[in-house]
Amino acid sequence: MSGKSTLHIPHTSARPGEKPDFSYLNLSAAGATAKPETNARLAEIEFLASGLVRVLDDKHQAVGPWDPKLGQDRLFEALKSMILVRAYDDRMQRMQRQGKITFYMQCLGEEAVSIGAGMALRNTDMLFPAYRNQALYIMRETGLVNMMSHCLSNTRDFCRGRQMPVFYQNAANRVFTISGNLATQYPQAVGWAMGAAIKGEDDIAASWVGDGSTAEADFHHALTFAAIYQAPVILNVTNNQWAISTFQGVAGGEQRPFAARGLGLGIPGIRVDGNDLLAVYAVTDWAAQRARSGGGPTLIELVTYRGGAHSTSDDPSKYRPKDEWSCFPLGDPLLRLKNHLIQLGAWSEEQQSVLEEEMKQHVMDCWKEASSYGTMTEGPFLDVHTMFEDVFETMPPHLKKQQAEMLAIEGL
Amino acid sequence: MAQMNMIQALNSAMDQMLELDSSVVILGEDVGYFGGVFRCTEGLQKKYGEHRVIDAPISEGGIIGAAIGMGVNGLRPVAEIQFADYIYPGFDQIVSELARLRYRSDGTFFSPVTIRTPCGGGIRGGQTHSQSPEGIFTHISGIKTVMPSNPFDAKGLLISAIESNDPVVFFEPKRIYNGPFDGDPDKPAVSWANHPMGEVPVEYYNVPLGKAALVEQGDELTIITYGTLVHVAQASAKAAGVRADIIDVRTLMPLDVDTLKTSVEKTGRCLVAHEATRFCGYGAELVATVQEECFFSLEAPIERVTGWDTPYPHAFEWQYFPGQKRMIAGIRKVMEKA
Repeated sequence: MSGKSTLHIPHTSARPGEKPDFSYLNLSAAGATAKPETNARLAEIEFLASGLVRVLDDKHQAVGPWDPKLGQDRLFEALKSMILVRAYDDRMQRMQRQGKITFYMQCLGEEAVSIGAGMALRNTDMLFPAYRNQALYIMRETGLVNMMSHCLSNTRDFCRGRQMPVFYQNAANRVFTISGNLATQYPQAVGWAMGAAIKGEDDIAASWVGDGSTAEADFHHALTFAAIYQAPVILNVTNNQWAISTFQGVAGGEQRPFAARGLGLGIPGIRVDGNDLLAVYAVTDWAAQRARSGGGPTLIELVTYRGGAHSTSDDPSKYRPKDEWSCFPLGDPLLRLKNHLIQLGAWSEEQQSVLEEEMKQHVMDCWKEASSYGTMTEGPFLDVHTMFEDVFETMPPHLKKQQAEMLAIEGL
Repeated sequence: MAQMNMIQALNSAMDQMLELDSSVVILGEDVGYFGGVFRCTEGLQKKYGEHRVIDAPISEGGIIGAAIGMGVNGLRPVAEIQFADYIYPGFDQIVSELARLRYRSDGTFFSPVTIRTPCGGGIRGGQTHSQSPEGIFTHISGIKTVMPSNPFDAKGLLISAIESNDPVVFFEPKRIYNGPFDGDPDKPAVSWANHPMGEVPVEYYNVPLGKAALVEQGDELTIITYGTLVHVAQASAKAAGVRADIIDVRTLMPLDVDTLKTSVEKTGRCLVAHEATRFCGYGAELVATVQEECFFSLEAPIERVTGWDTPYPHAFEWQYFPGQKRMIAGIRKVMEKA
């Protein structure tokens, strides 16, 4: 303290041209964090909010009490999902660069956040994702062709051209529609979970926001409601260190971890290595068991790194060191899982290359099929009549009138 | 039939819907044990339990956000925002989420939330308990906006709102909760006991959304209004000695254009009145609609009687509130012009 009041302006540890510095990250060794019972009282689990749950160690072994001991088939399922979403991102990013789609957002480096959680939850649990959780839609069988068709706003777009790219949805498989307004899905997830409890069903809800979005009022509304009613919900904060150009300190991450945001309300928090698929799976499974057995909400902070730009409209070289990701101490989630499988003797670099090539080809085939349903520049196009539908359940007179006016002007 | 005030009628609507449909839930500040600061939900928690009638924290954004999630999960939430003046923390959830869920998801997600909220002045509430923000909500595509002016409509419209799969913002003019108000604060308060619209069926019925009501018939002037000012308009037309069609819009969005058109084509003169501020207010839409639909029937420019474009003042309540003096002046003006 300086003896007088001062204004603290958070500063990131490194800007372009400077040496990346992640010394601010409080890291624990893999296997070092205790695993309490899922029905433990808050006082017994508060430490989880400031620690860091890790399973995969530097030798790529799964260690400690949080090891979920997943069978090899499940580990392959996870690896395959990670390779697929990365291949999907890579293609879509390039398609945006070629002008085939207007916009794209990669989840490069954050794949384990969605995939670990998606695997640990039941298919009937309701997911309220943020825009960088595309892997959840892939895991819930939304279909790459459908997701690409959406990004193309073509005739197979599941929202018929009403949203810009990456705002996916899958009502049939219980994944909510993405909003561009940040954190709005958080209190909705809590409400959904309250609804499940009111109806006496044991499905739970899970939602995701970024570190930046924790500053939104909706984040706090959600925590307040979740705490008061002990709603069966898992609230995830994907701390990828960056909110466009501002580092996580500008969202308040310097003083206490985001995982600790709920403690004052009585919500347990778990800070987890978000690039460790096994750890993400384990904490999600723990929180889901707690929620399903009446233990209420859990706030999970997933420590990861945004490997790519915020979006295709962003240029991170203007505000962070180019080599920052390669210096991130928690590494690359895909490589870590691959190395774990290799370490188990169940996988090889050769097999990895074959699978990556296979996924790349699959994504390419999906793109070809999706493009055949239309692109922004070449038909077939969506029927413009539909622009006036779904504002209400049935179209009121003023919209019918405007629809007729539009059709006349367009000569249709 | 029973004599009910508006509070009892609204309570009866919610009671019936909680009874008929197990997916209906109520949430809001003080709505549970206490039954609401205006008593609209009195007795409902006791009757239907704490999982159906839920006391919420002072968090309008949370109430609306949670209600949306409940609606997505198959419930039919009725959220109370204690005063319309306090709805703004929930505004983003209403505008960006509730209103657009159906559209943005091609109809695969929707949330049938009804937001009930007391509005309007005449109760010495100053600028934080008197606002009429309906025009902000009618401007948003994807929500229906309703404001009843009497107990019969209040019950029937609220039942329709709750049954609607579209979101509805349901404004309750709090000045007329206990009785009609003709705009003269010096007169003793009148109850709904002797008013024909205070006779309310005890059983289920509904008043359809999107239909205006012709509450007075006349051939000289059309007055288009809603909420408390319906009663002010009735008293003013009578005092001015003008035979007026008085139209209670009831559902502001979607608007029943046909009823307005039929009347103005008949009378050739039109006055639009609301308590809310004038500039970009709902009345501007009414004026534009009448002009578009009935221009060649009009014998005089359309008049507007509204609240002034200031915040709602505490000390100058009756200079602010568009009572009979201003309504009569407006009527005279529109009648005098050739």
